[in-house]
This record gives sequence, C-alpha cells and structure tokens, in this order.
Amino acid sequence: MKYLHLIWAALFRSKTRTLLTLLSVVAAFLLFGMLDSVRVAFNSGGSVAGADRLVVASRLSITQMLPYNLLTRIEAQPGVKKAAYAAWFGGIYRDPKNFFPNFSVSPNYLDLFPEYKVPPEQVKAWLNDRQGAIVGAALAKRHGWKVGDTIPLQATIFPTKGSNDWPLKLRAIFEVADSKRKGEENMLLFHWKYFDESNDYVKSQVGWYTVKLDDVNQASRVAKEIDKLSENSDHETKTQTEQAFNQSFAKQFADIGLIVSAIMGAVFFTLLLLTGNTMAQAVRERIPELAVLKTIGFSDRSVLGLVLTESILLIVIGGCIGLGIAAVIMPGVSAASGGVIQLPTVLPQTWALGVGLMVAIGIAVGLLPALRGMRLKIVDALAGR
Amino acid sequence: MKFLINFGIVLLLLASLAVWVMLPWYAVAAIAVALLLWLFLTKRGQQTLAVAGVGIAGLPQRWGASSVIVIGIAGVVGVLVAMLAMGEGFQNTLKQTGGKDTAIILRGGSQAETNSVIARDQVPLISSLAGIAKDAGGRAQVSAELSQVINLPTVSDGSDANAQLRGVGQEAWKLRPNVKIVQGRKFGAGLRELIAGQGAAKQFRGLEVGKQIELANQQWTVVGVFAAGDSHDSELWADGEVLASTYQRSSFQSVTVKLAGKDGFKQLKSAMAGDPRLKLDVQTTSDYYAKQSEGLTKLIKILGTVIGTIMAIGAVFGALNTMYAAVAGRAREIATLRALGFRGLPVVVAVMLETMLLALLGGLLGAAVAWLIFNGYQVSTLGNNFSQVVFQFKVSPELLWTGLKWALGIGLVGGLFPALRAARLPVTTALRAA
Repeated sequence: MKYLHLIWAALFRSKTRTLLTLLSVVAAFLLFGMLDSVRVAFNSGGSVAGADRLVVASRLSITQMLPYNLLTRIEAQPGVKKAAYAAWFGGIYRDPKNFFPNFSVSPNYLDLFPEYKVPPEQVKAWLNDRQGAIVGAALAKRHGWKVGDTIPLQATIFPTKGSNDWPLKLRAIFEVADSKRKGEENMLLFHWKYFDESNDYVKSQVGWYTVKLDDVNQASRVAKEIDKLSENSDHETKTQTEQAFNQSFAKQFADIGLIVSAIMGAVFFTLLLLTGNTMAQAVRERIPELAVLKTIGFSDRSVLGLVLTESILLIVIGGCIGLGIAAVIMPGVSAASGGVIQLPTVLPQTWALGVGLMVAIGIAVGLLPALRGMRLKIVDALAGR
Repeated sequence: MKFLINFGIVLLLLASLAVWVMLPWYAVAAIAVALLLWLFLTKRGQQTLAVAGVGIAGLPQRWGASSVIVIGIAGVVGVLVAMLAMGEGFQNTLKQTGGKDTAIILRGGSQAETNSVIARDQVPLISSLAGIAKDAGGRAQVSAELSQVINLPTVSDGSDANAQLRGVGQEAWKLRPNVKIVQGRKFGAGLRELIAGQGAAKQFRGLEVGKQIELANQQWTVVGVFAAGDSHDSELWADGEVLASTYQRSSFQSVTVKLAGKDGFKQLKSAMAGDPRLKLDVQTTSDYYAKQSEGLTKLIKILGTVIGTIMAIGAVFGALNTMYAAVAGRAREIATLRALGFRGLPVVVAVMLETMLLALLGGLLGAAVAWLIFNGYQVSTLGNNFSQVVFQFKVSPELLWTGLKWALGIGLVGGLFPALRAARLPVTTALRAA
C-alpha cells in the first residue's frame, strides 16, 4: 500500500489515455454484466425456491392434457404432501401485443406457491366467485386494473358456447417479494372449474399437476412413482422439478449460452488488445523512469509488481464501474417496460465472475510490459534518452 | 467557450451519425465522389493527400496501435452482422413458406395452428365455398390437417424438444408442390409411417430412414426424408387419419386451400363471412407465415443493435485512444507542416482519412469473418406454434453494408477529436517539445 501513490501517479500520467482506456473497459463490462445476467436467468440455476415442488406433465407433448382423475392417485402417493393443477388458457386481452400468461388453476393452487402474497380476504373473495381472477401486481399496474374490475379475456384456443369472450372479475392481486422473480407477477389465474364447465372442447382435462413434497430428498423416488401410475397408458407422464421443467423450455430458444459466450469472447479479445496496447505505450514512455527506480534500489521484482498492479488496477476500476452501471440500468429497463422485459439485476455470481475476469485480464495485458520493465538494463535505459 | 464549441461538435456529430446510419448506398457513393473530387482538384485537397500519404506510409511503423483499431472495429461489425443475420435468417425461412395462391383457414381468433380447432363437419362446408380452385376432376382443392406437438430428443444433447408432426392426406402434396422426397419414400396411407423434413432430421435423434420411434405408445417407422426449402423442413409428416386415432383427435386444426385465380381470396373471404356456421379466420399462407416471424425477428434485431451499440462505444474509445497517441507521437511533424504553411483543414482531414481507412479495414475484416462463419449456420428456436423451427443465419449483402457503415461511423467519431487536436496544437509548443 505504501506504493499506491506511485502507482496512481503512473496511472494518470496521461489522463486522456487512461480515461479512454477506462471507458473502453467500462463498456466491455457493462455488456458482460447484462449478458451474463441474462445467461444466468435463462439457466435458472441460481433459484432455490421451488426445490420442493415437482411438475407432472404429459410425456407426449407440452400441449397434451392429462385426465383430472389422476389427481386423487397422485395425492395418495407416499411422499406427496399436496397437489394442485392448472391448464394453459392462452387468452388475449384486447390485443395480441398485450400478451401475458393466463391459465386456470385449482382452488388450492396458491397453497403450493406461498411466495405469491395475497391478502386473505381477497383469496376468500376469489374462491367465492366462479368467474373470479387473480393477477400479479405488475400486470395490474400495467393495465390499470383494480379489484372489482372486469377483465374481458378473448380465447384463442377454447371458445365457450361458440364465443371467444371470457369475462373475468378481478378479485385478488398477488405480489412476489423476491425481486428476481418479479416477472412472475405478469400472470393471470382463474378457476379451472369454470374453465372445465364452460369450454366447448375438453372436459375433465388438466394441463399439468404441481406436487409439493414432504421431503425434498425424496424427489427422485416420488417422481418415478408418479410416472409409474400412468405407464403404458395413453396419458404417460413426465415428472421433474420445476426448475428442470422451466429450463427444458427455455433451452429450446436459440442457444443462449453459445451466443453470449461468442459475443463476450469478441468483446474481451478486443479489450485485451486495447489495454495491452495502452500498457505497452505507458511502459515504453517510462523506460528512463523505471531505470531511475532501479538505480535507487528497487529490485526487479518490485518493478514487475508495480507495473502489473497498475494494469490490474486500471481494469478493476473500469470493470467495477461497468458492472455498477449494468446493475443500475437493468432494473430500470425492467421497470420502464412495465415488467414485460424482466432483466434481473447483476447477481453476486456475475459480480464474482466479473472480478475474476478483471484480474485475469489485468494480469494478461500487464505481464509483457511488466516483464520488460523487470529485465531493464539500467545503463541501456538511461542511455536511450 | 471552448467547452461550448466541443459540446456543439458532439451534438453535430450525433446528428451526423443518425443520418449516416440511414443513408442509402447511392448517397454514400455521392459523398465519396464529392470527397474524391475535392481531394484531387483543389489545392487544399492536394495538401491533404500529401499529409495523408505521409501518415499512411507511417502506419507499418505503428502497426501495434493501428491493429487495435482494426480488430476492435472488426469485433463490433462481426457481432452486429451475426446477430442481425440470425434475425434475418429466421424471418427469411418463414417468409419463404406459403404463397399468395393458397390460403390457410383457422378457427376464429386462434392465431396459430396449435391453438386452432376445426370440426370435421366444417370441412365439407369449406369445400363448397366460392374462391377455391377445383382440380381436373371438379373437386375443390382442400387439405384438412392436424398439427401435433411431440417431444423428441435433440441431436445436440439428447434433451427433449418440441417437434411438429403434421397429419396430412393426399391433398397436402398438391398444395405444396415444393415438398420433395429426397430420401426413401412417402408414407403409406393408413400405416404408422412418417417422413421427416431435412431440418428436423438434422435436429432430432432417431429420424434416419428405416429407424423407428415411439409416439404415444406406438411404434412409427421413418420411411423418408423430404425437403421443402421453408419452415416445413422442421416438421414430420404422417397420415392424418392414423395420427388422429393415435392421439384421439376428433377434429382438424387447419384447412389449407388452393385459391381460384386472382380474386379467389376475396371471394373466399366474403363467402366465409356470409356463412354463420363458419366462424373461421382466413389468410393467405404467405401472410400467415410472415406474421409468425415478426415477434422474434424484431426481438433479435433490437438485441443485436443494442449489443452492437455498446460494443461500438467501446471501440470508439479504443480508436480515440490510439489516434490521440498517434497525434501526440507526431506532434513535432505536424507542427513542422503547420510552420511550412499547411493550413489546419488538410491536417484534420488527413488524420480523419487515416482513421477511416483503418476503420474500413476493420469493417471488411469483421464482415468477412461473419460471412465465413455464420452464413448458412444452422440453428433452431421455438416458433409461434410451440415447436422447433430450424433455420439458417442469412448474411445478406445489405447486412454486410450495414456493418461497413457502422465501421466507418466508428472511425468518424474516433478520428474527429484527435484530428481537431492535431489542428489546434500551437506550433511553438509542439516544436519546443522536440
């Protein structure tokens, strides 16, 4: 630390060069912060919530439905604490561009999702209204809905008595406290019973079951037992964790991991060149000074350390600023989009990976100039003036 | 005061960039010609050429710094073109599907085949509508089809992905003459056989001719591979009646018809609206498929532009850094030129030309890499029908041109301020620094 002043002075010897390099580093890590956060979100790897829940869906296809009478048999399985069901509805509110997920659910659905906070009296009102709906706070805010409003959903798949009109009464609004899962507030739920009785096409069919486990460590066994119930029937099931279910779906979009990696590879490669060039210039300019340092007693290792530290410091400062900007921007973008685009803020693992990259890049770009500085011959350097 | 001047320059620069990005190629060509005329025909222009010549001759001496600009800009252009090529490729695949001479009929309000249901008894009603072409035997050319989403393991990692299995009859082939068997044969009527689109065959496991796959507890044999040159390449086809019984489907999902002549679509649309038993939507197949691509294409292009913009900003700082260093290193040289009588303008333009040249090289390099790596690169994504659509990146000349314009734009910004600084250097100060 006693040399910090010396390093700092060296760093800002050329303010213009350092500032411009810093800004390039900021841009690179801003991009890294955003893209890596998206990658993490897509992999849903960081989420611990829902680890004790399983999703039972048709093995045949995401669009194939399951019989309602499977419910009692699932509930009877050892290890199953509770089961709920839901069916995709896919309705539209006024314009297809307004799209948000909407589906019908069992009366006890919210019991399996305690993270959805709803005032008890609103739950009661919802349970008492056959055509009642629950929406997330973000969705209600986006459309200016209040409890008591009528939401005229238009069916795209399931007409009722030949019509696509499914008017629903808003009875409850739920909130998700976890900021990383705010996106789930863009959702509408209504009664499966109403759906089953009123739609023209399917009867006693549900889209999937959600199962709450007694013991999370028994997940694999319970999953196999549930699937065994329907083996060799026309409604074979595939039971997996909520996380695995979500991930298998997200993975079917373009290979996000590959895209993100390719872009970051290009970005950091150019960053290496830029900062490497900067450090090389900086050291070249200061050869006489380094010679003087050696003359007055600095060891080769000290000079190596000084130059290397300078390089790492430059990258770390720029990198932290970039990640900081990303952390500030992304929630802002999410808020501005009314929750449609749900970008997570920069997660701790992204910060950790980012800092690791900063140090690695700092070392990579500083090493050659530092070695050159270390090997400097005093007489040659001074004579070079 | 100096701050205000610089601020004004920045604003002017931003406005110029906005205009530049939207310029069509002939406007750029006109600017280039005007610039060349000025360089060769005016005294100032000739001075500029002389100064630029010296600068360019010195590039090899500063290859390290120069390559930072070239490669930095190549990175920006490469990523930008690749991202836009993805969006373009997806859009292109879907736009090629269908045509103006056929129409697709779905249940009212359903938006996509997967959501649609058309009762069997509605099919004869549809067949009798005006506007539908008839074949040589006088029968309406109508193809009622099923669209079933199935789970199949992907080639890449074996995880399940959604594939589209289309149940068809003989009419489907007549309405889609572009669908050709390229390996094996067509499935037999009434048999549990299927054929795979060439895209699907590459995407999913177990679809080689002769192999069997299990669908809904039944063994199906792959008897052929077909090529369509559009999004049907991502599908599997099978006999509609066998598919219906296997998946217990009592309805169809879509009806595709051949339109009769130029006014066929209008006639069909009004005839359908006039029949209260048919609450159905109709649109040409080309319109239907083009609409399928809109959402995702827009998203990819916005994403590509945002990422490209951030990278461009980083590259600008890199270019500024390098050019400032170059100007500083040549301060004495520039001061000498000024002392000899060269005006500021030739110096400014010369530095600009040098930067733009490096930027152009970077743009060409980035575009070439993007074209070599990504043109034709095959990927897939979930489409509107909830199933995989296989498509190829499409690096078109327009995209390459866009990349070059971005490169030159970065060069413009990266070169302007160092150039102004070069012009403003007080002669005595620079000379004394020697």
